[in-house]
Amino acid sequence: MPSLDDYAPLVGRSTIEELRDVVKPLIGRRIVMVNSTRVGGGVAEILQRMVPLMNELGLRVRWEVIEGSEPFFTVTKKFHNALHGKAEYITPEMFDLFVEVGRRNAERLALEDDIVFIHDPQPIVLVERRVRHPGSRWIWRCHIDVSRPNQLVWSFLNPFILQFDAAVYSAAAFAQQLQMRQLLIAPSIAPLSDKNRDLAPEEVAAVLQQLEIPQDRPIITQVSRFDYLKDPLGVIEAFRRVRRSVKCRLVLAGGTASDDPEGEEVLSRVREQAKGNPEIHLLLLPPDSHVEINALQRASAVVVQKSLKEGFGLTVSEALWKARPVVASAVGGIPLQVKHRYSGLLVHSVEGAAHAIKQLLNYPDYAKRLGENGREHVRQNFLLTRHLREYVLMFLTVGSPQEIFHIG
Amino acid sequence: MIPFRFSTSFTLQEATGLRAATLPQLVTLLKKVPEGCLYYHTHYFLLTHHYLTPEPTNDFAYWVHEVLSEEALGEQLASLDIMAHTTLEGLRETLVNTIEAYLAQHPTARLKFVSEGEEFFFVKSLHVIMPTRHQASTLPEFLQALSQISIHSLYFHIFEARLRIGHPTNDFAIWFDEQLGLKELAERVATLDPYAQTLEALRSILISLIQQEPSGQEIAHAKP
Repeated sequence: MPSLDDYAPLVGRSTIEELRDVVKPLIGRRIVMVNSTRVGGGVAEILQRMVPLMNELGLRVRWEVIEGSEPFFTVTKKFHNALHGKAEYITPEMFDLFVEVGRRNAERLALEDDIVFIHDPQPIVLVERRVRHPGSRWIWRCHIDVSRPNQLVWSFLNPFILQFDAAVYSAAAFAQQLQMRQLLIAPSIAPLSDKNRDLAPEEVAAVLQQLEIPQDRPIITQVSRFDYLKDPLGVIEAFRRVRRSVKCRLVLAGGTASDDPEGEEVLSRVREQAKGNPEIHLLLLPPDSHVEINALQRASAVVVQKSLKEGFGLTVSEALWKARPVVASAVGGIPLQVKHRYSGLLVHSVEGAAHAIKQLLNYPDYAKRLGENGREHVRQNFLLTRHLREYVLMFLTVGSPQEIFHIG
Repeated sequence: MIPFRFSTSFTLQEATGLRAATLPQLVTLLKKVPEGCLYYHTHYFLLTHHYLTPEPTNDFAYWVHEVLSEEALGEQLASLDIMAHTTLEGLRETLVNTIEAYLAQHPTARLKFVSEGEEFFFVKSLHVIMPTRHQASTLPEFLQALSQISIHSLYFHIFEARLRIGHPTNDFAIWFDEQLGLKELAERVATLDPYAQTLEALRSILISLIQQEPSGQEIAHAKP
């Protein structure tokens, strides 16, 4: 696992020095991260990297995962969809199950740390058993797009949310008008991980060969879980429109997370749509396929993220870090990563996506410039070190009402 | 003589939950949001996009131009002379007056609205300020440190100290004047328009200005 100093060549020595200085008032503080899965999805990926670096900085951080049955995760997936605004039928029994599993986990996990950091709605019930000792702080980190939540689910969650000292979202559009501090902290990518480290062209070619993707024409790629909200069917439709005038291939690469029971259903619909088209490549990859994803992104002429809703869409930053031109929906946290016409193209529809992909395929110099700007934008704003610094700043300031803090 | 102790500042973004979908909504909210929102939307982009030449415009201008498609007003907001304002309240007044004057001349612009998710979301900045390891007692030492500090530190002394903390001009100009007695250099640094430069370009210009001073030439090797 890389240490903080390993990031200095990418982000500058002064950035690492400042990080070591700003954390000093917090050294020795006990922090616990709680989420619902250790593998699969952006949250687990970030925590795998973030927790060791926080410990290296001198914080005492542990990571706990709540336990739940399949019916519980079916309910949480319904919550997830409903918070993204999708119509879902949720019965009173489902709410009861959600609370019951939360309470069982609260008994199992002794959360008496100085800072308790709860990720997403699945473990939110834990706050009910909050022990209020002086200096203890509870933070709710919402990674999903709750800009237009289903009101039934939001009103159910609201009393839990208000028991926290702060809520954290990835984008301003997600914040509600609540009587509590609501911070905005974007997630990040780990530039030295297998998914994002540099790869030699031969390594890229070898992976593509192994995955049986010919590099005989430009490749358009979307990397995402097979999930309706990622709109894989819309990507296939956009590809069909592009393919009428430009020879190219489409790769849809993804997997399913252990807390997402819906993935199989979406995958079978995608298979149906792609059936009989040898230019559409569906790759169902296991969660540890980091090098494969890395190579696919690097081999792509255009990387697409045509989500209908998006908590943040880290695959966009991953592609930009590889200086790839990106076409992405203007939803959730994506406009933070892509400034339209500066570091990629933002779109609002299948037709718009098709048009933007064609522009990038037809004007490679323009595409290259967008990709290069995108890489710089990610270097400055979406690498793990910036994320780590903002979490440290939040730990320093949570619970205080002022706007300007002097330390040291 | 008091040495110059370089500080640095980090910004945390706090959501207000306030959003505008039209110009009248934007101007109504502009009149009442906290000063921290005004500072955030006219300055934070300098940090997040400092590597781009030319830089994108401030958040108000970007939204009005790119999202609402009111190009003429977008241009006016992009070219606001922020240097001419010594307080955020003054800046608020100029922003409000600019938009209201435009709406008076272009009444149909009142009717334009953006779709869900594309509204202007007001964000407030919180600041954590701390000293760095760098300090200087002479101009050559200052020059050396200036070439080593992070862009966050540079940003703090040039932008934040003046409008957010309330210092009369940028910190460098004050120190040159009050501690080194270099009035001309202080004047040149105080009248620089930092909004017209990327942060790295600004660092280079400052280094050049200092190297032109007789007492700064001793370490002309500090590269701009």
